Amino acid sequence: MKMKQIVLPLALALAAMLATTGCKHAPVKVTPIPGSPAGNVNDVNNQSTLPPGNSMTDNTGGGGVNTAPGGGNTAALDTFEGMIKDPSALAANTIHFAFDSAAIKQSEDANISAVAAALSANPNDKLLIEGNCDERGTEEYNRALGERRSLAAREALGKAGVSPDRIRTISYGKDKPADPGHDDSAWSKNRRDDFVVLHPKTGV
Amino acid sequence: MKKTILNLLIIGLTVIALTSVRAQETPIDITSTINVLGMTKPIPISLSGFTGEGAEVLKFDLTVQGFSFVTPDAAQYLVSGSDAGSISGSLTDKFARRVLLSRSYNGASLRRQAHAFADDIVEAVTGKKGIGQTKIAFKSQPSGYGPGEIYVADFDGHNAQRITTDNAIVAKPAWVPGRLALYYTSYALDNPDIFYHSLSSGQRRKIAGYSGLNTSAAVSPDGSKIAMVLSKSGSADIWTCSADGTNLKQITTGIEDSSPCWSPDGEWICFATKHNERRRLAKVPAGGGTVQYITTTGAPSPTEPDWSPDGKWIAFTSQMRDFNICVVPADGSLSPAVLVEGQNPSWSPNSRTLAFNRSLGYRQILSVLDVFTKQYKDCVRATGSSSQPAWAK
Repeated sequence: MKMKQIVLPLALALAAMLATTGCKHAPVKVTPIPGSPAGNVNDVNNQSTLPPGNSMTDNTGGGGVNTAPGGGNTAALDTFEGMIKDPSALAANTIHFAFDSAAIKQSEDANISAVAAALSANPNDKLLIEGNCDERGTEEYNRALGERRSLAAREALGKAGVSPDRIRTISYGKDKPADPGHDDSAWSKNRRDDFVVLHPKTGV
Repeated sequence: MKKTILNLLIIGLTVIALTSVRAQETPIDITSTINVLGMTKPIPISLSGFTGEGAEVLKFDLTVQGFSFVTPDAAQYLVSGSDAGSISGSLTDKFARRVLLSRSYNGASLRRQAHAFADDIVEAVTGKKGIGQTKIAFKSQPSGYGPGEIYVADFDGHNAQRITTDNAIVAKPAWVPGRLALYYTSYALDNPDIFYHSLSSGQRRKIAGYSGLNTSAAVSPDGSKIAMVLSKSGSADIWTCSADGTNLKQITTGIEDSSPCWSPDGEWICFATKHNERRRLAKVPAGGGTVQYITTTGAPSPTEPDWSPDGKWIAFTSQMRDFNICVVPADGSLSPAVLVEGQNPSWSPNSRTLAFNRSLGYRQILSVLDVFTKQYKDCVRATGSSSQPAWAK
């Protein structure tokens, strides 16, 4: 009787200790990683090699753009198609901007007037305004800022009598620097709108 | 008297036995239960028996999911095994003295097996799914600016495959959730246009090619719509359309809106804008409506937002003298945490790891960051400049 009184609680305590500290080995599992055809990109079973990127067709039919949505807008891209770019005619009239700004500086009024004059002297010409930024903004922000600079010049030319229908805008963000340097001098040259005259295709 | 002593002895021994059992059951609580941005202590883990590529993969994957590698004495978890030929290993909880998993892997490549083992470790310890076998898309430019191409790779940068052959300016790839397809911007047709590109067929079509700017496509969580920046109205605004480009709708009318991203419930579009001369983040109902401004005190000029899949966080780039990756609670309950130098954050499916790009000299390299521990690892480098990563979800 006395022995039981010793053994039982000790046995219980011992059992409790063993239960919580004993090593439990999980059975060794072998995980095969199958290859499988292309599917969900993050599918654990997806071991696909993507098809080579160079066999590609630009399918602009069907849901393509120049036809259905957006076809009715002014200055739609197809009205500029086939025209010949002349980047040198108005190269001297490139306008520059302050950091992070799309405001046309008053000092650029002479350049705007010169561009407007060239376009009214050549009524068959159109214009491409290329907006650019320095490298100090993030990429998508700069793409939008370059476009705003281009649109600002189109508005200024509108006030100077040039119909917006004749003007196409494009932003190059920070991807087409005039000076690839990394200092204030380079950056100030890169914050700009370039004016590219578009001549009609000859013989059309 | 003897009976009393005996009883006391029994009680005493039992108490000692039970007390020591309790002490062994309580592990040292090293990690807090609340993850604080940039200030959470990593889970200490040790690695033995792995050399070469297996060790490299395990260290990369586990570091960016909140673990740090220490000696076995300091570790809470022990990983041991081998990467000779194929991966096999076990994970032990040191304090509970339990082997949590013990596995061998075969098939695919050694790297892939190691990523699968890392995923199993993460799931055993945290209960959450690992990201070791996920993919990113990004753009790469040989000169650091100008023309480039879109690539898809493992999230650590390995196994990169080129998707385009445009030799033109390309930008902002975005995955269709759950599918092998991307939207991205390309100047291949002499204008910034948005393309939809099926990676399984290799075919693409132009979705938005209006006059002016078409860029920054972001896919809704159910894949049915995209948000994007168009300037066809005369200023850069947020528009939405169906996945095929139809049902065009103007959502904002600001003069300089950029970088839309969707909330994971599809109800909101968050974007960068300017308000009262200050650059701000804002959100608008996905169908249009009143714009609400998001406070990011301490993180000026916020841009390029991305909303975490669990809905809790918005990551963004703040522009101070340099660029910094910042994260703010989506409900505005706290100021943003400024984490590391870098731009263009993209959330992984786990809502704690971000892909981003950072400067190395004058070029950009891809990197992967754990926002809670602030630990990060650089991806394997391609030549030129790599940026704008998009994490497949």
